Amino acid sequence: MSTMAVGGGLTRSASFYDSVIGKKAVMAITGFILFGFVLVHMAGNLQVFLPVHANGVHPLDEYGAKLRAMPPLLWGARIVLLVAVILHFVAAIQLSLLNKRQARPQRYVKLAPIVSTYASRTMIWGGLVIFFYVIYHLLHLTIGARFVNPTFEEGHVYQNLVSGLQNPVVAIFYMIANIVLAIHLYHGIWSMFQSLGIAHPRYTPILKRVSAVLAWVIGIGFCSVPLAVLTGFVKMTGGNL
Amino acid sequence: MKLVLNIWRQKNQNSRGGMVRYELDGVNEHMSFLEMLDVLNEQLTEKGEDPVTFEHDCREGICGCCGFMINGVAHGPHRGTTVCQLHMRHFRDGEELWLEPWRAAAFPVLKDLLVDRAAFDRIIAAGGFISVNTGSAQDANTIAVQKHCAELAMDAAACIGCGACVAACPNASASLFVGAKISHLALLPQGQPERSRRALNMVAQMQQEVFGSCTNIGECEAVCPKGVKLENIARMNREYIKAAWAYREEAAAGGGG
Repeated sequence: MSTMAVGGGLTRSASFYDSVIGKKAVMAITGFILFGFVLVHMAGNLQVFLPVHANGVHPLDEYGAKLRAMPPLLWGARIVLLVAVILHFVAAIQLSLLNKRQARPQRYVKLAPIVSTYASRTMIWGGLVIFFYVIYHLLHLTIGARFVNPTFEEGHVYQNLVSGLQNPVVAIFYMIANIVLAIHLYHGIWSMFQSLGIAHPRYTPILKRVSAVLAWVIGIGFCSVPLAVLTGFVKMTGGNL
Repeated sequence: MKLVLNIWRQKNQNSRGGMVRYELDGVNEHMSFLEMLDVLNEQLTEKGEDPVTFEHDCREGICGCCGFMINGVAHGPHRGTTVCQLHMRHFRDGEELWLEPWRAAAFPVLKDLLVDRAAFDRIIAAGGFISVNTGSAQDANTIAVQKHCAELAMDAAACIGCGACVAACPNASASLFVGAKISHLALLPQGQPERSRRALNMVAQMQQEVFGSCTNIGECEAVCPKGVKLENIARMNREYIKAAWAYREEAAAGGGG
């Protein structure tokens, strides 16, 4: 008879993660955390469309200053997100190698998908694009590394955003990456419930529709910012802190 | 009707194999797909060639022996059926077809379209059973089963173990099969004593056989000849997650008094 998951908390966590279902559960929970962050982040970004305050401070700069004024919260969130990204990434790579290399070493001469969506079949590739995009995005607008964003000025969120996205190549890259993110979430949002064992013939179809709507909202919400900068709808103002 | 068949020919488990093209005339639209292959094999035998090997038994769509890919779809273009119950009227005259065996590391090709599905048997042996004393069966009506549980268990038990789910899955995952087997017994009172151990052991065996993981794509459900639902995979996940954290080995210091 095969091995069983019996033992203390640590052994249990380890053998749970060893199983494919455990890895998927980890991906679901970390995916949920990252999805929550993406929603909040989008809401934060959309403040770019708000008018400048009477004192000349842009609401986006005010928001950024408020976040930086709470280091424990900011760094707590960053650490949680970093751990979530690492777990989500590592589990995805491990499962993908099992699925693509080990489980089917010889490919079909012909294989015709019937019901699966483009989104569901490209989760790993979309995930990798998002991963590299996030690294670039952190260097570009969070850390403001000189070699990525020479015009970056610490604390000037609105100005950095506008000047960063006025480069059409950068803006288009941002939009493509966010469309990839939306496609990833189109399958990912409902999929995390299935991975955790939450499914019901009455609610799962609704859940699928909700995740499609949320994917569109996130795609449009994030793309609207680079698009607005690119078309000149959002431009440099005196809105410096 | 006339058909062009590209069939995967492979001498044995260790040889490489490849597609071989055959032209077959005189196919009757009322033939089943396997009867069509019987005709081809008769012609090949008469010519002194090696006939195409494929697995089959009942030819009524209930034993789970037959199955291969037709144009990249497990059990072919007609939904909810096995290849033995797939009739030639679903194909056009002069159509070109591609026949391939199930492909998965856990299902080695033995010859042509025949694969070894013993991995499924080992998964069943790991936990797809209940322990009862034989010879003293009680009256069936003494165990009350909720109607909807009986229905769901029956739907899961419809799985014939053909392997189409594994074949259609881009990850070669056996989740629908294992999900059906775990669900079938977890839903019934008779399956309760071994419920946690069953989930843990069957999933562990599934992994040992090197089946892939589930990415909730749904191709398995689409090709299943018995209409086994994706919901069963969610139930397997639920059963496994619960068992992995809550299961306790039987305590040695029980009883007394």
